[in-house]
Amino acid sequence: MVVALAAPPVVADAGARFVAEVSARTAGVSRLEMCIQCGSCGGSCPSADAMDHTPRALFALIRAGRRDEVLRSNTPWMCLSCYHCAVRCPQDIKITDVMYTLKVMAEEAHTYPNGTAPGFSGIFIGNIRRFGRSWDLGLTALHYLRRFPLRLPRMAPMATSLFFHGRIGLLPTRIKQRGQLKAILKRAKELERAR
Amino acid sequence: MSRYLYYPGCSMEGSGRSYRESLEPVCAALGIELAEISDWNCCGATEYVSVSTIPAYSLIARNLAIAAGERKAGEPLVAACSACYLNLAKTDRYMAEQPALGVSVNDALGAGGLHYDPGTVRVRHLLEVILTDVGLDTVRAAVKKPLTGLKVAPYLGCMVPRPDVYDMAADHENPKGLDMLLGALGAEVVDYPLRTECCGGHMSQIAPKVGLELIRRLVAEAERREAAMMVTVCPMCQINIDAYQGEMNAMFHTHHRMPIVFFTELMAVAFGLDPKKVGLGREVTNARKTLVQALKAAPAQTLAAAGVAAGTAPAPVHRPRPDKRALPMPRMPQIPGMADSEVEE
Repeated sequence: MVVALAAPPVVADAGARFVAEVSARTAGVSRLEMCIQCGSCGGSCPSADAMDHTPRALFALIRAGRRDEVLRSNTPWMCLSCYHCAVRCPQDIKITDVMYTLKVMAEEAHTYPNGTAPGFSGIFIGNIRRFGRSWDLGLTALHYLRRFPLRLPRMAPMATSLFFHGRIGLLPTRIKQRGQLKAILKRAKELERAR
Repeated sequence: MSRYLYYPGCSMEGSGRSYRESLEPVCAALGIELAEISDWNCCGATEYVSVSTIPAYSLIARNLAIAAGERKAGEPLVAACSACYLNLAKTDRYMAEQPALGVSVNDALGAGGLHYDPGTVRVRHLLEVILTDVGLDTVRAAVKKPLTGLKVAPYLGCMVPRPDVYDMAADHENPKGLDMLLGALGAEVVDYPLRTECCGGHMSQIAPKVGLELIRRLVAEAERREAAMMVTVCPMCQINIDAYQGEMNAMFHTHHRMPIVFFTELMAVAFGLDPKKVGLGREVTNARKTLVQALKAAPAQTLAAAGVAAGTAPAPVHRPRPDKRALPMPRMPQIPGMADSEVEE
């Protein structure tokens, strides 16, 4: 007797939904769903020592739908963007880009483990929005004053040397079409919020 | 002269000034015409993508849209900064690969009266242009003062060999292009196995314990290999290893002193230009004195005697013998008549 078996229902559990959400928000085709938990990423990572979870463990947490733990993990913030994992991943997962997405999501949820990295990025992009260019002096001065005032004495000789070798611009360079750039970024921000 | 569109990037005007000061005369000497795109903006480095996605990619795409409008005959867009190169290349690829991203980015660009069709502009790194389009023979022919006696550690860092969004590199871990280029200048290239390891990027500024340890590894290894200086292709790597070396020495109680310069600076010197005028000496850890001393100490040699003539990679200088006490490495049995591809299957 042939028993007709119905296809098992596809259960869209919280984990699968979270994987899909992270994957869709990642630029490029992330292939995050393809992770086979081999651990090549963590084994390749030069900063894995400093991470709460290796990338593999973090992807397992995403698959388990443990959103809060994932978005509180320091793992994405310790990512160096060296892409060792990305080229070694047997499943071609865009691990670095997934890390960027997780940072963006943690910032939206205000769950980042420590404000140093987001603070640094914030000053950096604030300068870009204002001037259209990055501004080293404004960035580092404000960053060290806010986050590492105690490192400043040690930085002084280096900053002096950079200055006298003509490597620090006192004033920011500005692009001409700042209005155009602002309009583009404003529209892009609206689209980002609508996601 | 072949024409290339040129995206300098912010660091070329500040911390990486010597890169610009050297690459422009080098390109002129090699017949590369660099047409700087007008009113370019910052690529956002690794910071903007860490805060938001669509704005970050729109920011980068503005440069691609400008570049597409300024092409005369399908010229590629060349960047010399690794992060700028990767960001531009990634935006071009990802807008095509993920149409939803392309639509959003073009929607945003539209607010500024711009549009970019992914695939229009091919993004390339200067090192790859010199290796592929110019070729080592032309470089060799331009050498007037071979860098005989200068021991250099070639350091590529991450973003040029990886993630390789256009899928064109044969080797992401140990590419030898920079070694061969420096060899063509007459320099003695040491075997530097950390050539594609990470300098820590912005970690020197946000998490010094992580960042400075990575810098320590790179510098200590270059020193162990007896390099007089490291040579890089990236302004971020340059400032990390150059300017943060003092803080790194203080943290680890070490006394390393390893200058690091851009590959174009050494090219310019080998092409007979005045080291001062091409940015040498702008380092915190001075490289100009090291360079002058190394070149003086070496006996005068002709190009051919320096082993430059043949198109071979320079022989590794320092190769430690394996430790006899170490565990033996497993060996695969050699099966006659079996091709490599079959073994992999």
